[in-house]
Amino acid sequence: MASTTEQAAATTNEAAQSAAPRRSVTLRLWRGDADGGGLVDYEVPALEGEVVLDVVHRIQATSAPDLAVRWNCKAGKCGSCSAEINGKPRLMCMTRMSTLPQDEPITVSPMRTFPVIRDLVTDVSYNFTVAAAIPAFSPGPREADGTYRMAQVDIDRSQEFRKCIECFLCQNVCHVIRDHEDNKQYYAGPRFLARLAELEMHPLDNLDRRRYISEQMGIGLCNITKCCTEVCPESIHITDNAIIPLKERVVDARYDPVAWLGRKLLGRKPPKSATAVAAVAPLWRDRGAEHAGAGSKEA
Amino acid sequence: MPELERHDVDVLIIGAGGSGLRAAIDASATGARTAVVCKSLLGKAHTVMAEGGVAAALGNVWPEDNWEVHFRDTMRGGKLLNNWRMAQLHAQEAPERVLELEEWGALFDRTPDGRILQRDFGGHRYARLAHVGDRTGLELLRTVQQRSVSLGVEVFMECKIIRLLHGPSGEVNGAVGLWRESGRFVVFSAKAVVLASGGIGKTWKFTSNSWESTGDGHALALWAGADLIDMEFVQFHPTGMVWPPSARGILVTEGVRGDGGVLRNSEGRRFMFDYIPDFYAKETADSEAEADQWYGNKRDFRRPPELLPRDEVARSINAEVKAGRGSPHGGVFLDIASRRSAEDIKRRLPSMYHQFKELADVDITSEPMEVGPTCHYVMGGVRVDGDTTASTVAGLYACGEVAGGMHGANRLGGNSLSDLLVFGQRAGRYAAEHALGIKGTTIVDEAQVDAVCNEALGCFSAEGENPYALHQDLQETMQALVGIIRTESELIQAKERLEGFAERAAAVSVEGHRQFNPGWHLALDLQSMLAVANCTTGSAIERKESRGGHTRDDYRESDPDHFGKVNMVSRLHDGVVEVSESPLPTMPEELQALFEEGH
Repeated sequence: MASTTEQAAATTNEAAQSAAPRRSVTLRLWRGDADGGGLVDYEVPALEGEVVLDVVHRIQATSAPDLAVRWNCKAGKCGSCSAEINGKPRLMCMTRMSTLPQDEPITVSPMRTFPVIRDLVTDVSYNFTVAAAIPAFSPGPREADGTYRMAQVDIDRSQEFRKCIECFLCQNVCHVIRDHEDNKQYYAGPRFLARLAELEMHPLDNLDRRRYISEQMGIGLCNITKCCTEVCPESIHITDNAIIPLKERVVDARYDPVAWLGRKLLGRKPPKSATAVAAVAPLWRDRGAEHAGAGSKEA
Repeated sequence: MPELERHDVDVLIIGAGGSGLRAAIDASATGARTAVVCKSLLGKAHTVMAEGGVAAALGNVWPEDNWEVHFRDTMRGGKLLNNWRMAQLHAQEAPERVLELEEWGALFDRTPDGRILQRDFGGHRYARLAHVGDRTGLELLRTVQQRSVSLGVEVFMECKIIRLLHGPSGEVNGAVGLWRESGRFVVFSAKAVVLASGGIGKTWKFTSNSWESTGDGHALALWAGADLIDMEFVQFHPTGMVWPPSARGILVTEGVRGDGGVLRNSEGRRFMFDYIPDFYAKETADSEAEADQWYGNKRDFRRPPELLPRDEVARSINAEVKAGRGSPHGGVFLDIASRRSAEDIKRRLPSMYHQFKELADVDITSEPMEVGPTCHYVMGGVRVDGDTTASTVAGLYACGEVAGGMHGANRLGGNSLSDLLVFGQRAGRYAAEHALGIKGTTIVDEAQVDAVCNEALGCFSAEGENPYALHQDLQETMQALVGIIRTESELIQAKERLEGFAERAAAVSVEGHRQFNPGWHLALDLQSMLAVANCTTGSAIERKESRGGHTRDDYRESDPDHFGKVNMVSRLHDGVVEVSESPLPTMPEELQALFEEGH
């Protein structure tokens, strides 16, 4: 590592260089509501070290105080400020202006898969409806000493999925629902397939959700184009580590001839089939009507 | 006024962070009709920003650890100003609250024998923080969120509560809210209200807090006639990012120091050795050689001074920068690159690696970070009963950051997540008990409702300034005059400016219409922030000593004989915040003995 003094000198130089001439940037923001809208250009001075959300905030504080935008942590941890920046689904707080071409307007528009409420804010209630339909975690009893024992190696995979910040960029980019609104009632989307994978791979969980995942959560609709993985700000391998293994498990549960024969001969139940999930959870498909309309506020 | 949307519940919980959702789980378990209201979407609360871990004396890494040691550490960290009963319950109940999260699906990092791994943090005698890498808050919030959803708890998202409503004898019996999306009002009638609204950081310029942390719960309690205590104690986390300017204030977890990171000034010196207070001298290493051995052998060596409580470290950084030995952007260097392998850093601190890479274009595995103090947490809050979390107003409860007393003058890292679990659970349980004991229908006073709605709409017809400009002035003032180091003259200057801000706030004008209008929301949030600023400034003037998160340049010593025995109480009197002293509750002898045996 460079010594701290060398480091200090290097950083000072960088600061001096970039403090030179003041330029401006143009943000082309989508403004409007459910009835329609369009792109509006805002020109603001370029400041050093900013992310797209900073510029949106400066526009809000100066020329457009009623500009609607969601945000919270501004550090890539809460997943509120999802949008499409120059057409790419990204978090506004984690997109540095210096990584975008500055000589042309930067377009920021709301996520396209969800109905617009206003400006950059969309109605993401679909996701909360799906979340409510996920059969809950269902552990066995604790050990005699009142704790649970799990090896780190057995939880690594589920921990990967629990990094999810629920920005819903994967849901937004998934063409199963991006281009086919009707599919929303049959399909949980990548975020929730990863959540289901997390539960299925959780070493303490005793529920078998495989039939439910296949019949109610629409895992068959995913044709593994990996768009979700590409946009994940947490770099979760949604397709490779969650959806594909989940597809395999679902298939195993229904069609594996060796397992079927074993069950027949030995009279054993399939593994992890303690409860019939479809009877426990609300039927996802029946809830379609609720999220089709905008503005449901209950989760 | 057109017909308003109305909801009648038993328990109304304001805030959907860790404490609010934990309260909801227990309130709904009693059978009480429970609703949670939050300003953002569910799952976005500031709890996700907690990184290091949740403190609980599980004894998984150090079997010697127990609640008594945790209690003692918490009280010492709080400079003995804590509500002893809260600190006791917190230390006793935290382990079960953590184990319970596993029952709901949480996945903490493991020890080799498969139990919950615990990490070192400042002020904790033993490695005590259950954690998941450096994203523990997210894990905790997701767990209580998923649990609440599976229990069918009703959540009203993107709704801001503007005022609480009260019944004939002053008891809280409802609230008026605003749907951010539609701009319409909503009235809740409730038999009990739990405040779980978090902190106040947005009143300062450099803060780790999100836009939501505007002190709404503190202000709602104050306006409802409740007492706030300890509002002068604001924690400046020693390590926030200082560069680039737009990222200034964003948190750098204490876990970096717990895992071997050290603080250096521009001369490369590990300056924390120059700032070890007598109070902690016995347990703190006084040479680099000893400190470095501690990481490998915690039994035989004393802790590095980088792991002193947060108030000590923040003041030390402040002093180094003031003495001209700071980093280029006005912080100091936090170096883990020269001390741990790149692989270790990425595994132990993945979010920090990501955060610096994305926001500052700094690779923390090869260069030091630049860090400085950032407004992080308020120790003060609603005065509550330690057992039940009941405020001084009937029907009103408070838990988590909005409640005062638990952390005294300074909070230890890791004690916030455990606080919100322990007292969230208690708030849910006791608020529900209170609510279920009240028979009949709750009737809210329509005159109060009308007054609140009319006042909230006033800024559409006002002809004053833009709320963003006023917010910026408020933040500048609090940062400059009511920051880490305070003096009487500056505090009085701040108080005078606040009077001017109150007049400007009354005339703030808002453009556009009511649907999802951030300018309007800020105008309403400003009222909370101004109320909080008045409490903090007023209490800071009255506490003429230095203690924990309150450092007075004109009274540099602690005053154990007077100020060490009192809380500052903020209360509204004829619309004005008044601050008065109130004696600290006395600790029973068996707990006092814990401090005398040389534990």
